[in-house]
Amino acid sequence: MSEIILSTEAVGKSFGKFRALSAITASFPKGKLTSIIGPNGAGKSTFFNLLSGSLVPSEGRVIFEGRDITGTPQHRFAALGIAKSFQITTVFPLLSVHENVRVALQALVSRYQIWRPRTALPELAERADALLATVGLTDRRTRPAGSLAHGEQRALEIAMALASQPRLLLLDEPTAGMSPEETRSMMDLILKLAAERTVILVEHKMKLVMGISDRLLVLHHGELLAEGTPDDIRANDTVKRVYLGQREH
Amino acid sequence: MLPPDLVAGCKQHRVLLAIAFLVVFPLLMPFKAIAVNILIYGLFALGFNMLFGTLGLLSFGHAALFGGGAYACGLAMLRLGLPWWAAILCAVVAGMALAASIGAFAIRTRGIYFAMVTLALAQCVYFIFYQWVSLTGGENGLRGITLTDIDLGPIHLNFVDPLTRYYVVAFWVALALIVLSRILASPFGAAMEAVRENEARARACGYDVRATRYLAFILSGGFCGLAGALQALHLSIVPIETLFYTTSGLVVMMALLGGMGTFFGPFVGAGVFLLLENLVSLWTVHWQIFVGASFIACVLFFPRGIWGTILLGRAR
Repeated sequence: MSEIILSTEAVGKSFGKFRALSAITASFPKGKLTSIIGPNGAGKSTFFNLLSGSLVPSEGRVIFEGRDITGTPQHRFAALGIAKSFQITTVFPLLSVHENVRVALQALVSRYQIWRPRTALPELAERADALLATVGLTDRRTRPAGSLAHGEQRALEIAMALASQPRLLLLDEPTAGMSPEETRSMMDLILKLAAERTVILVEHKMKLVMGISDRLLVLHHGELLAEGTPDDIRANDTVKRVYLGQREH
Repeated sequence: MLPPDLVAGCKQHRVLLAIAFLVVFPLLMPFKAIAVNILIYGLFALGFNMLFGTLGLLSFGHAALFGGGAYACGLAMLRLGLPWWAAILCAVVAGMALAASIGAFAIRTRGIYFAMVTLALAQCVYFIFYQWVSLTGGENGLRGITLTDIDLGPIHLNFVDPLTRYYVVAFWVALALIVLSRILASPFGAAMEAVRENEARARACGYDVRATRYLAFILSGGFCGLAGALQALHLSIVPIETLFYTTSGLVVMMALLGGMGTFFGPFVGAGVFLLLENLVSLWTVHWQIFVGASFIACVLFFPRGIWGTILLGRAR
């Protein structure tokens, strides 16, 4: 088995009496695209939030590159080398598209400088333009981010996530609410990104990720039901039963 | 609504325009004393707006920062015998120190809780100053802060002369505007915008939301402390009411009237408020009805405030 970049040790999460996720032990190989799938309410988002640090696990540990990162504050994740996109589109709506990416880049260089003008960091503006080119938003650079189409905002989010040059990119349902056309170009973008770094993707549309994933984890009722290559998962009877009758999109 | 190009141009030269305004302003006012008051309260509202307009944090405890600055200036001159300009610097430091102590508790909370915690802590400051009569003069206020002559080497200024007094105050306000403009244009200014626009995303980018807010609170305290010091020098006394919660309410009204989050709005808000107070009270003792009515009208129909509406048009 190849090198592991991220792993969980019996990680679980309860909200009051409700047990959203129970004792999941899983590992994510470096340089691969792993998808976390499962029907609605399977605990995918909870698991994602534990991996990305938005939630602190009730039990268990999360290990990134051999370091225990359980309970690390969210704002440290970018510097660790982990970036994420949210399930609900999350950009800075009144700032320009370019400033969105620039401010994301700036977070790693200068957070509390109050006297130098921000234009004194011209390399950030250039790198922001390069990132906008990567996700295909160059011609939108001066528009307020809030005025972009849904698919474009998601692409912008990814550009912002890439700002910290993450070794691990976490994407929570990146195609949620997208048109088929937008979905296709987002999938192309994800494949392009996955060639250079580890990607973990949460998705409930199983068909969508089968073709692009190296590995899959299947969650159901807060438990890890199966894991393996797309072929393993396709052949798995339990997975078939769980997804049977589920509306496939 | 002004044309967007003009607005963008104004924004670029906001400091120069604001200073030009400060220079001609007293010539437009019926009494110079009102002009001085408008500058002082405008500066106070500007400090408040830095937290409210730029970060969306509604503090109800800014009286402590303003009043704290006023007392610090007065005490530095009366008890320590410092020169007036050093007393002003003491007030800036005092404003920041008070903000740091209040902020240390308040910054953990949000929304209405933030307003309540700042209010409660500011009232603590009020009661301490009220009780500590030997230092602060208690309910009589701090009296006898006299500044009559200012010697700047060869230049001699008479602070009693209304116009000279105005320009001395305006000098400090102009300095504050330059500093504020630099802060807003700095990387930290960008971080504040990011936190205001989307906290979760700012955090994911790597900004420590709490630390950003805390630093903004402290900087806000500096501006309010300076405003308090100028108020102490202008009135020659620090009334205990300066620290009372009504002062906090006053600055909220001024900032909302002028337009939250605009660079010059706080001065417009302070100006409209104080002019209404001064002009309507010549005619009736119930001037507060008129101020209140215009405040309500403003919040209901012009949520961007007077200056925000002039710049950007009515919010849809």
